[in-house]
Amino acid sequence: MCLLKTNRLAAHYNDFQALFAVDLHLDAGETVAIIGANGAGKTTLLRSLCGALANAPEQIVFDGEPVGALSAEQVVRRGIAMVPEGRKLFPSLSVEENLQIGGYAGGAGGFWNLAKLYELFPVLGERRRQPATRLSGGQQQMVAIGRALMSNPKVLLCDEISLGLAPAVIRDIYNALPGIRSQGAGVILVEQDISRALSAANRFYCIMEGRVTLSGEPENASRDAIHDAYFGVGA
Amino acid sequence: MNYLDTVVQGVLLGGLYALFAAGLSLVFGIMRLVNLAHGDLIVLAAYLLLITASVLGLSPFVAAAAVAPLMFGIGWLLQRHVLGRTLGADILPPLLVTFGLSIALQNALLQGFSADSRRLNSGALATASIDLGPVSVGVLPLLTFASAIVVIIALNQLFYRTELGRAFRATSDDADTARLMGIQPQRIFSGATAIAMLVVTIAALYLGTRANFDPSIGPARLIYAFEAVIIGGLGSLWGTLAGGITIGLAQTIGAAINPEWQILSGHIAFLLVLLLKPRGLFPRAFD
Repeated sequence: MCLLKTNRLAAHYNDFQALFAVDLHLDAGETVAIIGANGAGKTTLLRSLCGALANAPEQIVFDGEPVGALSAEQVVRRGIAMVPEGRKLFPSLSVEENLQIGGYAGGAGGFWNLAKLYELFPVLGERRRQPATRLSGGQQQMVAIGRALMSNPKVLLCDEISLGLAPAVIRDIYNALPGIRSQGAGVILVEQDISRALSAANRFYCIMEGRVTLSGEPENASRDAIHDAYFGVGA
Repeated sequence: MNYLDTVVQGVLLGGLYALFAAGLSLVFGIMRLVNLAHGDLIVLAAYLLLITASVLGLSPFVAAAAVAPLMFGIGWLLQRHVLGRTLGADILPPLLVTFGLSIALQNALLQGFSADSRRLNSGALATASIDLGPVSVGVLPLLTFASAIVVIIALNQLFYRTELGRAFRATSDDADTARLMGIQPQRIFSGATAIAMLVVTIAALYLGTRANFDPSIGPARLIYAFEAVIIGGLGSLWGTLAGGITIGLAQTIGAAINPEWQILSGHIAFLLVLLLKPRGLFPRAFD
C-alpha cells in the first residue's frame, strides 16, 4: 500500500531551485534510503516532506490526501515525524521531557510510549532525568528517534542519523530500525554513508543536483551504477 | 533607625517588585521579547480594577477576578496581532513597537482618566497590620509578598510540571524544531503573554491598593521590574524574587538613611550586581 508519494516535487529557496520533478513513493513497513552527495537536495527533500518547506499541495500525497502545502505542525499531526539532522534536542528539557514533547502532536495510545522506548533504548531509561544535551552523541540520537516515535507516526523521516557517531553506536541505532518498521511505519533514511543506508533499505533513490538519477533495490544495483548516479555519469 | 523593621519592610517591598517583574520575566524567557510597555500594562490593569471596583461597588480583590480574564484576553490579542508580528531575527522591531505602545497607553489613560492620582480602596485592609514581636508589618505588604511567592510557585509548576510548560520551554529553546513536534509557536507565545497579563493583574491590584497611581508611573515600574529580572538572572523566576527583594531592601535601607536616596539606592544596588555578577545571581546554565 502506498503511504507517501511525491508528484514531480519541486522545491525552491527564493530564486534557487533545489529539487526538480522528484517522484518517489514509500509503502507501509518499508525502508527507503535517499542517498546523494552533499548539496544534492536530500535535506531539502525531507524538509518538504515534513512541512518545514511549503510546496504545491498535490506534490506530496500522504494517505491519499495532498499535504504538500501543510505546515510542519500540521504534517506531524497527520503522522509524518522527523528526526532532524543534528538531533536538535531541547536543551531545557530532560531526556524524558524530550520524549514526552514528541507526543505533543498526538498519537497517544499507539504502540510507542515511554515504556516501549526505554525497552528499545534501555540507556535512556537510566538517564531519563538528565538534561538531554548531557548525553553522548549516540544517546542523543536515540532520544531524537524516540521523540519522533512518540507521536506514533506512519512515516519516520531520518536525516543523517549516523552523522558524527562512532561505528559501534551507528550499529546500535540501525539495529533498532527493524523494530520500528515492524510496527508498520515506513522509514525514509537520508544518509551520506551509502553502504550503511543501502544495507538497511528495501529500496533506494539516488539524488544528484536536485534530480533522481537512480532508483531501485540495493541488491539489483551495481556499485558502478550507484557511483555514476552519485557523482554524475563519467565523473 | 530600627534595622530589623527596615529589613522586613524591604523584603516585603521586594515582593511587589517581583510581581512587577514575573510577567516580564515570563515573556522574555519564552520569546526573548522585551516588552517596554509592561509597566503601562500594569497601570492599565490598575485602572480597569478601579473602574470595575467603583462601578460594581466591589472590593478590588473581587474586581481582580473579573479583570484577570479581561487582561488575559488583551494579552492574547496583543501578542497575536501586534507583538507576534515584530518577532524575528532583528531585535529592534519589538523594542520600537512596545515603546510606541507604552506612549500610546500612557496618553490614552491620561485622556480617559486625567492626570489625577488614584487609589484602589481596600477598606480596613489598607491600614491593618500584624504585630510580630519586635516589628509590626502591614497586612497589605504581607499579602503582596505571599502573592508573589504563590505566583512564582504557580508559574514554576506550570513550567516544569505540565505539558504546556514543556511546550513553552521547547519553543523557547528552538521554535523551528518545536514545530516538528506539532507545536504552534504563535499559540504558545499568545498563551505566554496572556498568562503574563494574569500576573500583571495581580501586580496592579497591589500597586493600586498600596499607593497612589496615575497614568505616568508605568515606565518607572518597568525599570524596577527590569532590574529585578536582571539581578535575578534571566529566566529564573526565583531569581526574579531575589532580584525584587534586592531592590526592595536597597530602597528601604536607602530611604531609612535619607528619604531622598530611596530610588537611587535601588539603582545603585542594581549597578553593583551588574558589576560583580553581570549574568545575575541565578543565571541559567546555558543560553
